[in-house]
Amino acid sequence: MDNYLSLFTQYNIPAAFWVNIQLTFWAAIGALVIGTILALMRISPVPSFEAFGAGYVNIIRNTPLTIILLFGVLALYNQLGFRLSDDFQTNFFRLAVMGLSIYHAAFVCEAIRSGVNTVPQGQAEAARAIGLGFLQSASLVILPQAFRGAIVPLGNVLIALIKNTTVAAVGSVAVEASSVMKTALEFRGDIIIPIFLTFAIGFVIIVIPVGLLTTWLSKKLAVAR
Amino acid sequence: MTSPAQTHVLVDLQSVNKHYGPLHVLQNINLQVTKGEVVVVIGPSGSGKSTLCRAINRLETIDDGDIFIDGKKIPAEGKELARMRADVGMVFQSFNLFAHKNILENVTLGPIKVRGVAKPEAEKDAMALLERVGVGKQANKLPAQLSGGQQQRVAIARALAMKPKVMLFDEPTSALDPEMIQEVLDVMIGLAKDGMTMIVVTHEMGFARRAADRVVFMADGQIVEEATPEQFFTNPQSTRAKDFLSKLITN
Repeated sequence: MDNYLSLFTQYNIPAAFWVNIQLTFWAAIGALVIGTILALMRISPVPSFEAFGAGYVNIIRNTPLTIILLFGVLALYNQLGFRLSDDFQTNFFRLAVMGLSIYHAAFVCEAIRSGVNTVPQGQAEAARAIGLGFLQSASLVILPQAFRGAIVPLGNVLIALIKNTTVAAVGSVAVEASSVMKTALEFRGDIIIPIFLTFAIGFVIIVIPVGLLTTWLSKKLAVAR
Repeated sequence: MTSPAQTHVLVDLQSVNKHYGPLHVLQNINLQVTKGEVVVVIGPSGSGKSTLCRAINRLETIDDGDIFIDGKKIPAEGKELARMRADVGMVFQSFNLFAHKNILENVTLGPIKVRGVAKPEAEKDAMALLERVGVGKQANKLPAQLSGGQQQRVAIARALAMKPKVMLFDEPTSALDPEMIQEVLDVMIGLAKDGMTMIVVTHEMGFARRAADRVVFMADGQIVEEATPEQFFTNPQSTRAKDFLSKLITN
């Protein structure tokens, strides 16, 4: 037992998880913003916007996250000198947030589109009939209802995002949980299984409330028809 | 009736055609509606009457022909089209109240966002309209908490809040329980009496008799007959209309 507990003095495990939570927070905001814009494009009456949105989703959704994050570090930063901060660590952190945002935006877009499908056609017609333009109809009538209908699928994207922040390890974010776990596994061969379980349980503890919260919210905010 | 010199054509359809694939739903439709006139469009299901109604504010596009609102051709898209729609009130069969907004917000949304009316003023006008259609007490409820008849009256208030030049009604009572039909028709009759220009697609022959200036009978995508309600119901000219009316009577 003392053997196991020494893991926590040797490695700052809560701090490692805190990095994943921060990655999740910023990437969730980024993905929500990009995903909403993409969803707007995909439901817009302008064919070129529609095509761009569809192209983005189909390319990004079908590309492994590992490749996107490695591209950020090895191609954008190493090759092209693209940087988001002068601080080494901060730069990698922000590149990871950018990659995670771009990747999950594709899924957010599709989740919102599934929400748009819960909004009856008549709502859009009524909005247009009183003289609202496309952006007004979308922002005042369709998206507010679509988000409420998309809470569970959006929650699923968030859960995937939380766990996918571990892929930031390949993006040189060395302080996040899975990187710390890898280091711990290398140096503490005596407690390999407890280390795995510790990190697995850590993620479960973070993710379970998200699932509960989205289920509760989707019931509470459901649009009565 | 106004003399020809005074007639002001508000809605003007000229040789309008529309196809759904092989189906020719609107066949060379010509229809003029003057200011203050109440035109009731009747006809069997699938005759194209709803399509006609929806084409007037371009919720349905047309293949050829022209539609003019108050002398101006309906714009194809964009801001111009939105501006034109703001002048044309629309009441749908399925009410289509904004489900996430309360009754008052449903009525004020258009005036505030489209017309740029200040919120307090828009709310004052909206409350007056809601009182007029008899649902003032429901102002803070959500649409789903109201009966169908109440929702449809709110939908009428929402359209009126835009101060439209003409009101389109697309089978406004077809989705209502029988006991709620009259409360909606009463509001519409009141509007007609107040001089609102109205185009009403309906199966309510009683309303057509009481409120219409003119009945337009459609069948198979064509306007088969146009007459005053009196003429149409007592002495229809076409066999198609006679057939239609005889079925109504036997039912």
